[in-house]
Amino acid sequence: MYNKGTIIPGLILFVLFVTFPVWFNGFTTAGDLPKPELPPGGEKQCVMPAEYMRANHMQLLNEWRDNVLRDGNREILEIDGKKYSKGLQTACMQCHSRKEKFCDSCHTYAAVKPYCWDCHLTPKETASKEAIH
Amino acid sequence: MIEKTLKGKPAYWIWLAFLGMFMAIGAACYVRQYNFGLGMTGMSRDVSWGLYISQFTFLVGVAAGGVMLVLPYYIHNYKEFGRITILGEFLAIGAIVMCLLFIMADLGQPMRALNVILHPTPNSMLFYDAIVLNGYLFLNVLCGWVILTAEKKQVKPPKWIYFFVYLSIPFAISIHTVTAMLYCGLPGRHFWLSAIIAPRFLASAFAAGPALIVIACLVLKRVAGFDAGRKAMDKLVTIIIYAALLNMFFVGLEFFVGYYSNIPGHKHALEYLFFGLEHHGHMYNNLVPFMWAFVILAFGSIALLATPAARKKNDFLLGLGCTGLFLAFWLDKGIGFVLAGFVPTPLHEITEYIPTANELGITIGVWATGFMVVTLLYKTAIGVEHEIEG
Amino acid sequence: MDKQRRKFLKIAGASVVAGIGAPAVIRLTSNSALASEHGTAAEHEEAPAAGHGQASGHAEEAPQGVRLGMVIDLRRMNENPELLDGAVAACIAAHNIPEFPAEKIKQEVKWIWKAPFESVFTDHSVHHAAGKIKNFPAVALCNHCDDPPCVRACPTQATFRNKLNGIVAMDFHRCIGCRFCMAACPYGARSFNWQDPRPYVKKYNKDFPTRMRGVVEKCNFCGERLALGLEPACVESCKGTGAMTFGDLNDPNSEVRKVLDKEFTIQRKPTLGTKPSVFYIV
Repeated sequence: MYNKGTIIPGLILFVLFVTFPVWFNGFTTAGDLPKPELPPGGEKQCVMPAEYMRANHMQLLNEWRDNVLRDGNREILEIDGKKYSKGLQTACMQCHSRKEKFCDSCHTYAAVKPYCWDCHLTPKETASKEAIH
Repeated sequence: MIEKTLKGKPAYWIWLAFLGMFMAIGAACYVRQYNFGLGMTGMSRDVSWGLYISQFTFLVGVAAGGVMLVLPYYIHNYKEFGRITILGEFLAIGAIVMCLLFIMADLGQPMRALNVILHPTPNSMLFYDAIVLNGYLFLNVLCGWVILTAEKKQVKPPKWIYFFVYLSIPFAISIHTVTAMLYCGLPGRHFWLSAIIAPRFLASAFAAGPALIVIACLVLKRVAGFDAGRKAMDKLVTIIIYAALLNMFFVGLEFFVGYYSNIPGHKHALEYLFFGLEHHGHMYNNLVPFMWAFVILAFGSIALLATPAARKKNDFLLGLGCTGLFLAFWLDKGIGFVLAGFVPTPLHEITEYIPTANELGITIGVWATGFMVVTLLYKTAIGVEHEIEG
Repeated sequence: MDKQRRKFLKIAGASVVAGIGAPAVIRLTSNSALASEHGTAAEHEEAPAAGHGQASGHAEEAPQGVRLGMVIDLRRMNENPELLDGAVAACIAAHNIPEFPAEKIKQEVKWIWKAPFESVFTDHSVHHAAGKIKNFPAVALCNHCDDPPCVRACPTQATFRNKLNGIVAMDFHRCIGCRFCMAACPYGARSFNWQDPRPYVKKYNKDFPTRMRGVVEKCNFCGERLALGLEPACVESCKGTGAMTFGDLNDPNSEVRKVLDKEFTIQRKPTLGTKPSVFYIV
């Protein structure tokens, strides 16, 4: 092989560079699984089983969004005796009141930035400018 | 062929660097706007479209103007245009690129632009505008490239390309018609609500587009040793003069309808543009100088171009006339038409619009991008031309 | 998506209740047509085809389904200016509407607002009008037109007419911010978020979102409150005064129809053929 002296170190550098995310995570805490906080109010029941919600909450939210806004279907759901009006603020945040400890823990881990929060308010934000009404 | 753009005289590189500098300024300004929102511009609740959309409207015309070369050459077999038809097609590419960039700069949520395709809405004129603009861009890229390649190989262009060449003619008409329909179908905006908007747009397009091509030819003659031919230029100027006169005629008709019918709604915007509109004791007239400059430049340039001595013997006067006309129609359509439509507001109040420095930076950046595209394409076309001649 | 929906319904065994405020919804919209798609369209079909054959371009066609509308009694508003201010404030509080300072007034966002009579009714002459008209505090808001030009213009269906109740609604998730609808609206009812509105929202209503920069917004006839059986915020703030009446324009027995049948009302720019659903008593 020609230029052995440069090609082999070059290849090693290249492999190290490409696999950077893998071994970097090995040395840092980025690899730890997130532990989203359960509702502070102690609610055990969601609109769907936790397993389903974990995988499909985004589809469910999109479905609710289209139901409420586009189809004018704002029916109130009653699940196991509890009433939910479809909506991120009006249903989800009622129990999962700490977005920073619940939603963000996984979203940060997965490096996703849902734009929900550009408009929808978290209880913490609401508290910063509380309406008297 | 694209390698032709990589070799040039120092002046060529200085010109590219000059454009690149403005592109960089435009990009920096856009980053600022993207991060803050369109509040960086001078637009407001009342004047909700500004410089971006008015530039877009004008440039659609420049793009459509290229058809004034394609049509005589391919339909009427007017051979004199043989050398410059490619310039018309490449100018259209640059102009459409600018149009699309201006639209993107104007969107409040540019990341969602594809919603226009994901949720197609046939009742919206913007849907058709997206189709015809992108279609026209595609057709010009395809036709320009295939025909130039054939020229380089010194063979006849393949037969199938003529289908697309002919198709590009109705597309050129439709891009400007649909752009006019963005405006002229809106109830309550009296200045725009006029059936003559589409023909008026086309008339000014068929003057401004070819005028820019004449200017380009004069520049190329000096810097690139490319001669379009006296006869071709002369014919082009004839087209420009007729189209420019038609546009002025149409503007006059708007005045007749407004002032003879004496319906206030039809007069307000014209009054605002040309004389100033008084409202609650305040005179609003910040567009008046632009509009009179338009009238004077338009008639002055038409007179200059219509004088045979100026047109036929003196390149400087020919260039001056075409520049004047291009500027005149830029003032008319690229400034006055869009902004005046928002005066007065639906509640008969008046808000004036003054672009911000950041907005001007983006606008100049987009223009520089368009000129860059056109420069590179023209460099390629003329490189090929020189190659087969030399 | 459909499959998931079915699965969702099956697993959760969700049952739908009309909500605590169901009686109020019924009162507002008659026969709970708001909640049910099939509604009472049949009942309305017998209504005379008043519009047909008339030369005027702005005649209304035979009513179909529910069409929510409003009558605003400017006489009452004139007697008691606080009513209007209260209605505007109620709307701002309910919808997290930002309030911009004077130097940013060009970026203003407003859903319902006070404006002079001659601005709201540009087609009506105030020449030799009764003195009281000249300084009349009139009120402007989205007309929820039956044939809305903004919906025609929107390239993404981000604004659309809700078929169940006639509300012209906005889907902020879909809006690309092209502002075609703002150019199209002949009533100046639409506002754009030229920047992030949150710093200018004085108080948050926890049950309603704010908006993000780069989208258009406007009055939604309080669709979110109607679902809970409440009246629109502005109407509720004028409760008991008769200044604002809300209900189904297509239901001959609704409160709003009773007012319309009795009083002489006008609409904004009726000649444009948009068929506004907001009526005014002057």
